[in-house]
Amino acid sequence: LVATGVGAKTYRRIRFILIQNRAGKTRLAKWYMQFDDDEKQKLIEEVHAVVTVRDAKHTNFVEFRNFKIIYRRYAGLYFCICVDVTDNNLAYLEGIHNFVEVLNEYFHNVCELDLVFNFYKVYTVVDEMFLAGEIRETSQTKVLKQLLMLQSLE
Amino acid sequence: MPAVSKGDGMRGLAVFISDIRNCKSKEAEIKRINKELANIRSKFKGDKALDGYSKKKYVCKLLFIFLLGHDIDFGHMEAVNLLSSNKYTEKQIGYLFISVLVNSNSELIRLINNAIKNDLSSRNPTFMCLALHCIANVGSREMAEAFAGEIPRILVAGDTMDSVKQSAALCLLRLYKASPDLVLMGEWTSRVVHLLNDQSCMSVQRSILPLPHCLYPLDFNPSPPFLLQIVSSASTDLQDYTYYFVPAPWLSCKLLRLLQCYPPPEDGAVKGRLVECLETILNKAQEPPKSKKVQHSNAKNAILFEAISLIIHYDSEPNLLVRACNQLGQFLQHRETNLRYLALESMCTLASSEFSHEAVKTHIETVINALKTERDVSVRQRAADLLYAMCDRSNAKQIVAEMLSYLETADYSIREEMVLKVAILAEKYAVDYSWYVDTILNLIRIAGDYVSEEVWYRVIQIVINRDDVQGYAAKTVFEALQAPACHENMVKVGGYILGEFGNLIAGDPRSSPLVQFNLLHSKFHLCSVPTRALLLSAYIKFINLFPETKATIQEVLRSDSQIRNSDVELQQRAVEYLKLSSIASTDVLATVLEEMPPFPERESSILAKLKKKKGPGAVSVELEDGKERGELNGGGDRGGDASTPSPSADLLGLRSTAPASGATPSAGSLLVDVFSEAGPSATSAGVNDDGFLRFVCKNNGVLFENQLLQIGIKSEYRQNLGRMYLFYGNKTSVQFVSFNTTVSCPGELQSHILQLEPLVEGGAQVQQVINIECLTDFIDAPLLNIKFRYGGALQNISLKLPVTINKFFQPTEMAAADFFQRWKQLSQPQQEAQKIFKASHGMDTEVLKAKLLGLGTALLENVDPNPENYVCAGVIQTKAQQVGCLLRLEPNAQAQVHTHKSAVNSNLQVFTQMFNVIQVWAFAGPLNDFHILVLKPFQHCFLCMLVVIIVLLEHKSSPQSKIFHS
Repeated sequence: LVATGVGAKTYRRIRFILIQNRAGKTRLAKWYMQFDDDEKQKLIEEVHAVVTVRDAKHTNFVEFRNFKIIYRRYAGLYFCICVDVTDNNLAYLEGIHNFVEVLNEYFHNVCELDLVFNFYKVYTVVDEMFLAGEIRETSQTKVLKQLLMLQSLE
Repeated sequence: MPAVSKGDGMRGLAVFISDIRNCKSKEAEIKRINKELANIRSKFKGDKALDGYSKKKYVCKLLFIFLLGHDIDFGHMEAVNLLSSNKYTEKQIGYLFISVLVNSNSELIRLINNAIKNDLSSRNPTFMCLALHCIANVGSREMAEAFAGEIPRILVAGDTMDSVKQSAALCLLRLYKASPDLVLMGEWTSRVVHLLNDQSCMSVQRSILPLPHCLYPLDFNPSPPFLLQIVSSASTDLQDYTYYFVPAPWLSCKLLRLLQCYPPPEDGAVKGRLVECLETILNKAQEPPKSKKVQHSNAKNAILFEAISLIIHYDSEPNLLVRACNQLGQFLQHRETNLRYLALESMCTLASSEFSHEAVKTHIETVINALKTERDVSVRQRAADLLYAMCDRSNAKQIVAEMLSYLETADYSIREEMVLKVAILAEKYAVDYSWYVDTILNLIRIAGDYVSEEVWYRVIQIVINRDDVQGYAAKTVFEALQAPACHENMVKVGGYILGEFGNLIAGDPRSSPLVQFNLLHSKFHLCSVPTRALLLSAYIKFINLFPETKATIQEVLRSDSQIRNSDVELQQRAVEYLKLSSIASTDVLATVLEEMPPFPERESSILAKLKKKKGPGAVSVELEDGKERGELNGGGDRGGDASTPSPSADLLGLRSTAPASGATPSAGSLLVDVFSEAGPSATSAGVNDDGFLRFVCKNNGVLFENQLLQIGIKSEYRQNLGRMYLFYGNKTSVQFVSFNTTVSCPGELQSHILQLEPLVEGGAQVQQVINIECLTDFIDAPLLNIKFRYGGALQNISLKLPVTINKFFQPTEMAAADFFQRWKQLSQPQQEAQKIFKASHGMDTEVLKAKLLGLGTALLENVDPNPENYVCAGVIQTKAQQVGCLLRLEPNAQAQVHTHKSAVNSNLQVFTQMFNVIQVWAFAGPLNDFHILVLKPFQHCFLCMLVVIIVLLEHKSSPQSKIFHS
């Protein structure tokens, strides 16, 4: 993050999205910045360490290197978005929730296993809702309609 | 809605994933994976061609294995093959594999780009989106090169579906971030604004908004009227885009964020509507919630916080600022931790506005309470930041006391920063210095381990510079040292201060010289080497201050533990001090060991340290106020010369402040003679135009550089529009704060500059975009003014931006006959100008050609009958008119120097009277070898032609020209 952070102030955007379980297993990692594989692994471990020690009385935001993590826990899964410190915390927090509601509808009561067995579909859902580090589509109706249409294609 | 079944459609994949999940050990998992890899490898290598389904399945398995953390070194080709499948599911897996395992293998990139190209032109929205998402996910330079031209077309094409437009817009954003030079401004930008104002599709709007604003045309109105509509609309109006009864929260946030890139609108009516809009948002915060769900209040407050950011950004509406502050005040006691945290954070910036500073201060008790009771350390941290930000003379004592008491239980992670903040506040708002000394000594007592060198150096500097506090300081440290266990930092401060000012309290028998010495020496053996060295120096000072202690101290110095100490520094000090005290006379001793001279005034090293540690919000306040600091140190009138290293420089800040150099004197004094011809040049004192001249014929390079800052420039021009990228590089390791740039343009140019963050981290580079429109012809270049604070000192740099009229040249090709016909038509004296000058360097053909092309004109080959000559043609594009221009350069290596010169001189005089404007461009820098004189037509007739004749003469050192001269 530090090495590639030069000039980063000019553009705000999502740096990465992570879904991890309590044990630290990654269920989704979506990167919007160039990292090499070692760096990615390090980030995954650091985020896990930072997020899992916090409880419900804590905020859903935590400073992380030069950025911040906005996260929310759903059952055993942590949904984390890494953004710039000046970004709008609540907008991203609800961005996560909106995403989770779509997953829930799409997988019909989503559980961790759905994300494991359908990992390649989760990427499609993410790309529908987040692209290039920005929020792409926020309407659940539209996203689900599109996902159903894709589902029907062969 | 139907649920998706497990491993839907790919049974083999589901089985494999189940197998992996059932593995009991890491070894078993690796074994299973290796088996699968071998299987896939043999399938891929097998003679039998795989069908699309199998290929998809195996590629997907490889992807899964990769995501588990194993290396994958094959299968790329099969993934690329999937891209050309007609089936969505196969294509999707192919693209996913490519996006996740990007490979810069050039051969594959070519194939991938080819597949993307096909999908982009397929007119199948699903395939187009897949391709666009792949570009957005990979975002490599190769892809930018291949598609940066195509994507804008897709974005604005009338028949593109909305979902594709959304993806295209964000894809473009990604390419722009990765390779800004490849995404060019063009016709499409104005159509993007059209899309932005098209309220029929909110999702497209949402996707376009993040596009870099430099891609918007200059006349873009930064307050889209529909913002008001959205924020004041009822929750049912926007249907799909209403989230928990909040209409379009994300779009609203993005719009409000976009507005923060612009200054407040100048148009009163527009501003009025915006203010109304912000008021509506503040009003809505007071309405009863439409839902009990946290999602509802979060979405609503996301907009509210963004609106407050905008209000702070404008910093011009006292009413709104105070309302914002009151709203945040309510949140300070909200049961949601998130809201309390955000309110504290947001209030920090409100505290620095003159309009809301007082309103923020009213919440002091709540904030202090937060500091004491919040469970989440990050919330306490924000509370400490806010206390620091709201601190002023009226509440400094209370805040410092609260922070000190919090320090006793503060989390280790934030103690050092707290210590710095307390030290800074105590210094800044000290009315009496005894309070300051008490505070710092308390700091050392409470959190000695976290008191960095900067802090205790600073207290010593201040005590030495203020004679009215010295006695009190000596008394206080003496008392503090009485404690059975005191921190080593206390011993350091005590040793130093008693060594200097122990005499001030020596009259009291309870602190007689010998008592003082014994007290210090009782700590000696527990201290580290540097502290012991400091104490030895204090001892020798004691011998000077109190001759009666001489025998005792000499005894100590003479002891084996000193004079034979294994540490070289200690041993040397002991030996030297001992000798000094025995040999030197009292007078010599008094001279050598005289009281330390006052420290030269400079920026508090503590402040520098805090700035380095912390972001902007925390330190912006005290920077405004260098004056008070000066007062406090009393260094202003007594201080020595800052450039002379003080004998004990180690007591000062560790970092010496770089000289505050504003504009470095133009290194181009050589150019002065060149420029003297320029007549109405905009050069004013302090404006740096060294860089300017080098950019007449080129667009990229380093515009300016001094010890602190480097400014690189990259520019592009199209017709009468220009876009300039400035790259500001902080060459120091310290933040620049209050970084602010402005551009002042002559009336003939219009510029638009995007504001930067006020903070440039040490070593960082930030980019700024300036859009320029040439309205009509001009002489004066725009001036760029850069202001920032480096280590407390205000830096002010003025530069001429290299915008010259020739930048708006559009090259024009024409045939020989055409050229000379026009040339002859332009025979009126006011349509022609001629200039003869020396070439200071050799006349290399290629260099000359490069420069003429750099000028922006077309270099016409085979037009002039004399092959030595160069002829060029171009049209200068301004908004008001276009001016055609022909040019001939006649290098003359040998003769007629004398004659030509006089001819021009007489001409020049005539011309200056005849035309109201003369512009000289100087070609400087390494290419300092010819000048061009351009005369502009007096009448602004459309398409009037202007002739420039440039005759180049070789440098006078040429032997021939010498002969002619003589």
